[in-house]
Amino acid sequence: MRDFDAAVIGGGVVGLSIARGLAGQGLRCVILDEGDIAARASRANFALVWVQSKGMGLAPYGHWTQRSAAAWGAFAEDLRAETGIATGLRQNGGYALALSEDELDARRAAMMRLHNQPGWDAIPWEVQDHATIARAMPAIGPRVVGGVFCPLDGDVNSLRLFRALHASTVSRGATYLPDHPVQTIIPQPGGGFLIRTAARDIAAARVVLAAGLGNARLAPMVGLAAPVRPQRGQILVTEKAAPFLHHATITVRQTDEGGVMIGDSKEEAPPDTRTGPGIIAVMAQRAQAMFPVLGSLNVVRTWAGLRVMSPDGFPIYDQSVATPGAFVATCHSGVTLAAAHAELLAPMIAAGRLDAPLAPFSARRFDVPQAA
Amino acid sequence: MFRRLRDDPPIAFTFEGAVVQGRAGDSVAAALLALGVRAPRDTAVSGTPRGPYCMMGVCFDCLVEIDGIANRQSCMVPLAPGMVVRRQRGKRDV
Repeated sequence: MRDFDAAVIGGGVVGLSIARGLAGQGLRCVILDEGDIAARASRANFALVWVQSKGMGLAPYGHWTQRSAAAWGAFAEDLRAETGIATGLRQNGGYALALSEDELDARRAAMMRLHNQPGWDAIPWEVQDHATIARAMPAIGPRVVGGVFCPLDGDVNSLRLFRALHASTVSRGATYLPDHPVQTIIPQPGGGFLIRTAARDIAAARVVLAAGLGNARLAPMVGLAAPVRPQRGQILVTEKAAPFLHHATITVRQTDEGGVMIGDSKEEAPPDTRTGPGIIAVMAQRAQAMFPVLGSLNVVRTWAGLRVMSPDGFPIYDQSVATPGAFVATCHSGVTLAAAHAELLAPMIAAGRLDAPLAPFSARRFDVPQAA
Repeated sequence: MFRRLRDDPPIAFTFEGAVVQGRAGDSVAAALLALGVRAPRDTAVSGTPRGPYCMMGVCFDCLVEIDGIANRQSCMVPLAPGMVVRRQRGKRDV
């Protein structure tokens, strides 16, 4: 007797987006989550819905990102209609600001390399000079020499997104089980899975691994691979101020509630989620150079989160050959990709098979041919 | 609501333009509570009236403008003669 059509392991933004989509397809769905103490990127992220720099080295990732960003408006409206929760989506274009000509040259070159890839669908972007950016964002400081603007970029209130996803998934009939960390997944003869959790056993016809860093341990249990590692990012947030940053930038953004978030760091092999004065100070200095008025605002909190990074930085979407019905979805851009996960990926999982456009995201890309 | 345990020397300051009196050793929040001002701020998002709660620098519900600087935690600022204190209404300007 199977309890559920699908068990989604992981109750963060990625897991809930998929679970929402599966429940919308009529599947009886359970979400198996950890408790309050979890390495939860969904509570730590920077909340961009970001397009401009995505896809260097894997053009299909750029396309996937663009499709998600394009679907986000309707996705946010549906969430609001279902739950009454506004996610604060703002897609009025975003900037990557440069504090020197060298930085600007590097950004321009990166964008051109991105667009020169075979099979790339052009997206709109342009390099803007200081005066042009100052018309859109008068708060920029004199050290900003220019920046890359992409009209597809934006941001969202990710904590409200998280809450809206949770409410909508439950309202669509899914069962949310916190404090159910998964210990083992046992494929059953004849199909389906027995999932041992700390609380009880769950039987499901399908299993979707959306456990972030936990996917590395879980994937081999169902014939999959998810070689993800933690990469620490630190964030500062200021007191709430009247709106003065009218666009998101890739490292500084003002939330819809008025606080300014600053996030500019990447650390490999982090021992924990602590913040430290060295990185925090550099981030604050750079942010203040971009927007001098930040110097008058108090920082009220700092925190760090762990990105879920694959070896090449791109998402992993895969289906198990050894145990059909097992899927894995893992990425470090769960906010940007939330719409794609709910509206595009979940229907594939419901149908039992990932479509061809997702083939480039299989973890088989990390397999190295044996030397002769 | 609050009653002083003893009367320390008075300190004059202004609140919303009116000259009022606290006592030496008060924080700004304590002086306001003693004056019966229970909700000296409106929140930044919904505009709900709020007032000092934790009195130890944690809850950020006692925010006021002091001497022209917005969003100050009044429970963490010792009252000084002549301070100009105003309500914190919503988000601060920059």
